[in-house]
Amino acid sequence: MATIALPRIDPASPVGPDKKALSPWLVWGILFMVPYVLVFVVFVVYPVLYGLWLARDPQSYVKLFEDPVFFRSMLNTALFLMIAVNLKFVLAMVVSGLLVQPRWWIKILAVLFILPWAVPSIPTILSFRFMFNPEWGIVNTLIFKLTGADGPNWLNNHYIALGGSMLVHIWKSLPFWTLILIAGRLAIPAEQYEAASVDGASSWHKFKFVTWPSMQTLYVTSTLLSMIFTLGDFNSVYLLTGGGPADLTHVMATLGIRYLRLDQVDMAMATIVCAMPIVLPLVYFMMKRLSK
Amino acid sequence: MNWHKVGTETKLLLIGIPVFLWTMLPIYHIFLFSISSKEEAFAGKIWPDNPTLRNFEVVFSQQHYFLNHFWQQLWNSLWIAMAVGAITLLVATTAAFAISRIKARGGRLVMNFALLTYFIPAAFLAVPMYKAMSTYGLLNNQWSLVLAMVTIASPYAIWVLKQASDKLPYELDEAARIDGASPVQLFRLVYLPLMLPSIVAVGTYALLLAWNEYLYAFLLLSNEKDVPLSVALGHFLSADDSPWELLMTTGLIYALPPAAIYYAFKRYMVSGLTAGAVKS
Repeated sequence: MATIALPRIDPASPVGPDKKALSPWLVWGILFMVPYVLVFVVFVVYPVLYGLWLARDPQSYVKLFEDPVFFRSMLNTALFLMIAVNLKFVLAMVVSGLLVQPRWWIKILAVLFILPWAVPSIPTILSFRFMFNPEWGIVNTLIFKLTGADGPNWLNNHYIALGGSMLVHIWKSLPFWTLILIAGRLAIPAEQYEAASVDGASSWHKFKFVTWPSMQTLYVTSTLLSMIFTLGDFNSVYLLTGGGPADLTHVMATLGIRYLRLDQVDMAMATIVCAMPIVLPLVYFMMKRLSK
Repeated sequence: MNWHKVGTETKLLLIGIPVFLWTMLPIYHIFLFSISSKEEAFAGKIWPDNPTLRNFEVVFSQQHYFLNHFWQQLWNSLWIAMAVGAITLLVATTAAFAISRIKARGGRLVMNFALLTYFIPAAFLAVPMYKAMSTYGLLNNQWSLVLAMVTIASPYAIWVLKQASDKLPYELDEAARIDGASPVQLFRLVYLPLMLPSIVAVGTYALLLAWNEYLYAFLLLSNEKDVPLSVALGHFLSADDSPWELLMTTGLIYALPPAAIYYAFKRYMVSGLTAGAVKS
């Protein structure tokens, strides 16, 4: 501490280590991240913290658990995740197997097959909705033409309405996941299939011993990711059934918005907090997978 | 005749035909309504006896109560989508550059924040986002929708760009640094040109995401003249005797631009956007 005898030496000029720490690369590295960090803080961190604060009253959860719509929504969400997502992936597996076949007509089909993903969901969901219209929809018109009897009021039955929402959801998201599985199938070396053919393997055995082992990881990861997306699927339910009849077809995503529209923000946030036990493990798993 | 081969082809067709019908039915249904008069649309015909463009005329000249602001709403959809595309690109390319090329301090953390946001289901984030926008005084301001969509689009954009950026040879950066390039020059002259395919993919992704959005638009905006076309389509449901033929016609007009953009950029979209997902 030799400088102690020389107080008030001007410390303004930057010294060695400081200069290094403030190298332009370091500064620019941070500056380049500022726009996103701002977006993240202002539109994710603050809203989420504020939202959690709004849902701080335990009374909100008591009220939520007393609302029969809440349990119905939990059940519907679980059904959606178990049935719609798994059915979608079985279909994606089958269709991806079809679309990798080298045929001229399959090339055309592959182009058309992407349409549901390429077009916005509102018009197509409303198109489905009108098809189920009891008086004028194409479904009941066909039933009338074939049998002479009036068809049922489809969306008035909550099982059919929920099933219809799942159908719409699958219609919309099947192409994307099929593309992913096609990429997975194309990554399997052709020699493996040739070797299997030489050994006289049937198509089922080829699937079981060649295709499935190579695609297992992709299939499971995709299914889990699709579950997260499905949890946030508001449109398929809201635009087809509006949560009806009698609020029996709500899922967590539409229920939160329903409370918000009823000006019960604490209930809306409480609903979302209650969905976290499903969301967080999925998110944790995906983060581990992707952030390597 | 090879019976085994015929069997295979039959099997393929047995899957292919239902797949075709399943895919096309709702879309054909929209198209059919758009060229049918109301009476014919409701009669359940496969093809109208008198196809007509009358519905398009009504929509374009805003001759129906639900369509009073059609052109304004189409414009809203367009500028909001373009603004979201541009701002997302700005936010995401800079962040991906800092994380992947400069290896900025805290870059890994920022990437994890982005991924975390990507995995919050959008319908769940909508509730707190709505309240926050109300605190910021942005409700019923179109910028609230733009900023909300940037928030939702940028995490995936950053991730896709980072994946692509990690593949660029690091020697390029070293060579540029030795030549005395500044970080900004490296970004502008080396990084952006090389990343162009991914940037096109990501920009298109953000643009389409914003154009197609319904939930955030209908929560954040309520004025008829402010809402994009997606919300206007939803308004048709408020009446029992909706003019479905006009709804479908407007829906077709609304669906055409994203479909066209998607097919035009398909090459970039499929390789750029699915590459990330497949890598696991």
